[in-house]
Amino acid sequence: MDRYQFLVALAGLLFSMGLLGVVIRRNLLVVMMCLEIMLNAAVLSFVTFAVRGQTLSGVAMTFFIYVAASCEIALAMAIVVLLVKRNGSLDLSAHQDLKG
Amino acid sequence: MTGLFLVFFALLAVAFAALVLTQRQPMRAALALVGLMVSLAAIYACLGAHVVAVFQILIYVGAVMVFMVYTIMLLDERDRSCSRPFSRLAGPALLVALLVAAAFWLLLGELPTSAPAAAAATDLFGFTAFSVAFMKQYWFHFELATVLLLIGILAAWTALREGRDG
Repeated sequence: MDRYQFLVALAGLLFSMGLLGVVIRRNLLVVMMCLEIMLNAAVLSFVTFAVRGQTLSGVAMTFFIYVAASCEIALAMAIVVLLVKRNGSLDLSAHQDLKG
Repeated sequence: MTGLFLVFFALLAVAFAALVLTQRQPMRAALALVGLMVSLAAIYACLGAHVVAVFQILIYVGAVMVFMVYTIMLLDERDRSCSRPFSRLAGPALLVALLVAAAFWLLLGELPTSAPAAAAATDLFGFTAFSVAFMKQYWFHFELATVLLLIGILAAWTALREGRDG
């Protein structure tokens, strides 16, 4: 296994761990953090393939992932604060009345 | 030597990711996530992608995580999700995560082991070369990204205003 395969395997492992966290954790904030782990795993695979192929496109893609992550976290944190203000809990099961 | 550093920081990243999953307090999970992101930045630096390493520290650790820590400090930590951190789906979810990891492992076998012939030894991921190439090839996408950021700010502001007004 060369180092690029090793890093793609690491990205797969991190993605799986993030997915696991999104499903099993009950805290809204920790679920958001696990989503960030999944995004970071995607970034790691983009960078690995960009360095391997010596192309700019993979690194440019990471830039746009960072922009999307910043927007996502700004909006998500606003929504989390509103939900906690409305239902008084960070527990996901307290927000089962949400629809759509 | 670079290989050793790669393995070290990869193990560190996996350990921090496990900590994010298992810590009960959100603040401790956030600090573990900061450790994970710094480890990934070190991996990018080992690969020679210095631009991405700096982005990772500045944007993720410096902006996204600080924002998340502010939110944790704003909200009450004595929540019932801290005393019972895992859902009832933990068993099936672990099985699905193992299946996903196994699928990635199988796909890995399709990846050729030898790297393609390296391009001329230019420092493509150095700051100057990257910036010039990025603004030549991706200037329109860059402008779209700024519009997306503006929309994100407006959406967060609108959400908070709607919540305040009821």
